[in-house]
Amino acid sequence: MSVKTYDVIVIGAGSVGVPLAMALAGRNLRTLVLETMPSVGQGQNKCAIGGVRATHSDGAKIKACLRSLDIFSTWREKCGEDIGWLKGGYAFPVYTEQDEEVLKELLKVQRGFGLNIDWLDADKMRGLIPGITQKELRGGTYAPDDGSASPLLAINAFYRRALGLGAEFHFMEPVTEICSEAGVVKGVVTSLGRYNASWVVNAAGADAAEVSAMAGVKVPVNPDCHEAGITEPMERFFEPMVVDIRPGDKSKNYYFYQNSEGQIVFCLTPQPPIWGRDRRSTSQFLPEVSKRMTALMPDLANIKVRRTWRGLYPMTPDGFPIVDFPGALKGYVLAVGMCGQGFMLGPGLGETIAAHIAGKPSADDREILAGFTLERNFSSQEKLK
Amino acid sequence: MERITDHPVLEPEEKKKLRFTFEGKSLEALGDEVISSALFASGIKIFSYHKKDGSPQGIFCANGQCAQCAVVADGLPVKACVTKVREGMTVARLNGLPKMPSATGPAMSEQDAGAGGAEKNGAPRFPGQKGETCAQELGRVEEIEVDALIVGGGPAGLAAAAELGKLDVSTLIIDDKHKLGGKLVLQTHKFFGSVEDCFAGTRGIDIADKLEDQLKAYPSVKVWVNAACVAVFSDRRVGVVYNGGYYLVKPKAFISATGAREKTLAFEGNTLPGVYGAGAFQTLVNRDLVRPSKNLFIVGGGNVGLIAAYHALQAGIKVAGLIEAMDHCGGYKVHLDKIKRLGVPVYTSHTVVRAGGTTGLETVTVAQVDKNFKPLEGTEKTFAADTLLVAVGLNSVSEFHGQAVAFGMNAFVCGDAEEIAEASAAMFSGRITAHKVLKSLGVMTGPVPDFWFERLQTLKSRPGKTHESAVREHDKAVYPVLHCRQEIPCDPCATVCPKKSIKIPKSNMMAVPKFEGDCIGCYKCLLICPGLAVTIVDKRKDPKHPTVALPFEIGRGLVKKGDTVTLTDYEGAGLEKAQVTDVKDFKAENTLIVIAKTTSAVADRAAGLKLYEPQKPEKTGGGFSAMPDSAIICRCERISLGEIRKAIRAGVRDLNQLKAVTRAGMGACGAKTCASLIAGIYKSEGVDLKEVTALSQRPLFMEVPLGAFSNITCRTEEEEKASWSGF
Repeated sequence: MSVKTYDVIVIGAGSVGVPLAMALAGRNLRTLVLETMPSVGQGQNKCAIGGVRATHSDGAKIKACLRSLDIFSTWREKCGEDIGWLKGGYAFPVYTEQDEEVLKELLKVQRGFGLNIDWLDADKMRGLIPGITQKELRGGTYAPDDGSASPLLAINAFYRRALGLGAEFHFMEPVTEICSEAGVVKGVVTSLGRYNASWVVNAAGADAAEVSAMAGVKVPVNPDCHEAGITEPMERFFEPMVVDIRPGDKSKNYYFYQNSEGQIVFCLTPQPPIWGRDRRSTSQFLPEVSKRMTALMPDLANIKVRRTWRGLYPMTPDGFPIVDFPGALKGYVLAVGMCGQGFMLGPGLGETIAAHIAGKPSADDREILAGFTLERNFSSQEKLK
Repeated sequence: MERITDHPVLEPEEKKKLRFTFEGKSLEALGDEVISSALFASGIKIFSYHKKDGSPQGIFCANGQCAQCAVVADGLPVKACVTKVREGMTVARLNGLPKMPSATGPAMSEQDAGAGGAEKNGAPRFPGQKGETCAQELGRVEEIEVDALIVGGGPAGLAAAAELGKLDVSTLIIDDKHKLGGKLVLQTHKFFGSVEDCFAGTRGIDIADKLEDQLKAYPSVKVWVNAACVAVFSDRRVGVVYNGGYYLVKPKAFISATGAREKTLAFEGNTLPGVYGAGAFQTLVNRDLVRPSKNLFIVGGGNVGLIAAYHALQAGIKVAGLIEAMDHCGGYKVHLDKIKRLGVPVYTSHTVVRAGGTTGLETVTVAQVDKNFKPLEGTEKTFAADTLLVAVGLNSVSEFHGQAVAFGMNAFVCGDAEEIAEASAAMFSGRITAHKVLKSLGVMTGPVPDFWFERLQTLKSRPGKTHESAVREHDKAVYPVLHCRQEIPCDPCATVCPKKSIKIPKSNMMAVPKFEGDCIGCYKCLLICPGLAVTIVDKRKDPKHPTVALPFEIGRGLVKKGDTVTLTDYEGAGLEKAQVTDVKDFKAENTLIVIAKTTSAVADRAAGLKLYEPQKPEKTGGGFSAMPDSAIICRCERISLGEIRKAIRAGVRDLNQLKAVTRAGMGACGAKTCASLIAGIYKSEGVDLKEVTALSQRPLFMEVPLGAFSNITCRTEEEEKASWSGF
């Protein structure tokens, strides 16, 4: 039996793997995506709440997300499909002097990268977030060009596009071996057979470390768990993603927005972090997030919660992704450790990785990868996780 | 007003009258009444216009499960079927998306609103009350440890609670309604089964009271009504919303007695207001004494559909017809024959193909089916009807149990939540489950006796063989005629006979009863028979013109002494005219006995009175489209069969992906109704269900206001002042 040969094999049909396949197939590279789950986006993609922002604290992420923003925001006009894109902006309301200092300092960096972000006084913040608690509100930052999209609709749209461009997808087919000869990738073996390829991309999300071990490349990616929820839909009453960076009793920040259906989607960062892969809902989440959200915006008390879920953040020690072509194994590509931002980074990184594989990276593409190399000192910390 | 003021079984209670407004119009409600019933009582059947396409929405489950009956009450979107009317309440149709309620008031759950929580502080606490200031206090969530938590206060849960209470096990039983009894409180008919084990021969409504009373003897059993289980969490805590507050219960044993929910069908016009489940109908008619219909049509010849037809007749509602897709009705023959005698046309091998009407149901079109249940062109019959009940079977509510097992809890399941059967079986399975719980808690060490399981199997039995009418083998002057010829698990007639002359072998409750011995004409067997299948023939006065005593449960005053009536045989065929010589009213049993003078030729065959002429179809033919693209599958998000079929044909095999691309199952109810319809569409598309990945189960089980989870409390300015007055 002849072994099927591809240019690129992508491991993982999630937030990163699917837009990457779309970008690869768009460059006429023969692409196969292998996924253990039964359909696209069934790992952590569907757990993402849908925020997409470029207002990060470092150049590589900002550049990658600006690319993503371009793809999300123009999808409807270019492809005619609704992916729930909303340009609602990101708002960080501030209640303490210390937070004001931190965010104002960061503002300089962000504006240095040409981002559209500003400090709003308390009155303007109230206008943006109707009903926000006024006591001690100092104002906050607001980035109007950020937004949100539906992870569910977006990944399926990217999937259909990738299929249309010729990419192949195999579901419920786990990779059991990454094959190499003399330090060069040759392909993979799966539960069903062997496939040859010159490039194998690890886009396995929460399973990235295990997948990378098959390539003999150690990556410091460990998942932790976050819970999220969604409410009934209401007529639109606020636009931005609201991020409250204050610490709570059992949590760090939390954030929420009103999606294109009118539903409020919210997520909380537990403190201390809960390491591991447990995706089963806990009794802790709703009381904690309810207390915090209703304290910030009392009107939310009356909105009914419809569903909750728990997803994994594939974390790296410094909170930045690892996107690299490690020297140890030629042809092996890492697109891992998205730290909960796979959905917003995916389309941009997909473009960048595809450009590198096709051999035509731009200066920006090179800059993005330079920021996410595996061979780095992981001691710095992402300021706006 | 469409209220039932005269009912053969139910006694309308005197209730306080309330005023509320709907769409600006002042309407009357009765105290403790939910919004949906108050609106139906005023003839209002459209509750909202769907956000997707503006189509009118009415009720569907009337059981707090489906969210289709959403209205806006005092500014908040609520389920009309579980939210009680308050004096002065402003109710409006929900048109599209609800507006953001302002938070000048606290979080109110529907349970809270329903449970009189609104009056807790002596003043309305809904948002939007002008001049009311509100200080918020974020409370902590109370954790409650119990030995056993029972979710569901129906026959299974109540029976289990009593067994646990007997051995002083600390037990919390919760139910989301304001009254215990589950669906027993909707059942006006007498129950089958055995007298000894499960109150056979007693009406459902009365069984509910008995089971509830029984619990009062057991102080270790705590009851929470208006308490909804909303989630089972991986840390083995169970989230309960009780009177608007949120509690986490940590049980040593978790018992799901959550009952069942109704299945439905996909056909043209299937979401028109007026098309809903038999449970919703029984809730309106039997619990709330509202007459929602003048002319009813029923799909489904199982016990639920047959009983619903009977309940309709008792409530003075005409039944235009009942159809069943199989070539025979699956419900008990005694139920079927009851409605046949009353002139309800029953069409087997028929299915519904269209609900017609613009803003509400006007016509129902049915068609004959072939042996593969495919409707046949040219066999259409169209009936005038304002209400179509879909009673095509039940699915277990098994989510909580599934999650509890997955999370490693000491989990048990009983009643319909385990397997769909009669309430008699549910009670018995509750008892058995309680014993398993006792064993798991170390309270009892012995195993559950084997014969209990045998008895449970009997009670769960589907109806067996139907025997020919027995030939009379005696020449007594007074005797019962036992028209009950189908094997069903039922024994009250044999238990009640003072002469022990009605025989059902102890070893086989399924056997048809046999009369052997003497009869004193005491009517006990006639009065207790749930199937109304016993008549008493009395030849003592006039052997040539014996009297026949017939049980009668349709309207007091409908048949009077001296009336001339047409007798029918057991299956409704007309026999002869006869004169009514007496009507006896047995108040304790809520049953009338009509005594008619007849001839010895028909005395043994007479079993009913012809009251109504069967309705005929308005027209025949006209064409239809089976499984049309327009049929709605997901009611919450209004996703059509066409949209689902398109996704299936595009290769979607993971229901989670189907949900992502179509939104089917993403609505308020959480795929409670559409999941089984979607499985049916996959089958009709020739897809093996083994290839299809099931939907992930996630909390919450029902929508709960965000504020409830932090137990927000709200105080008026007055109370705020008062709370400081002690300092």
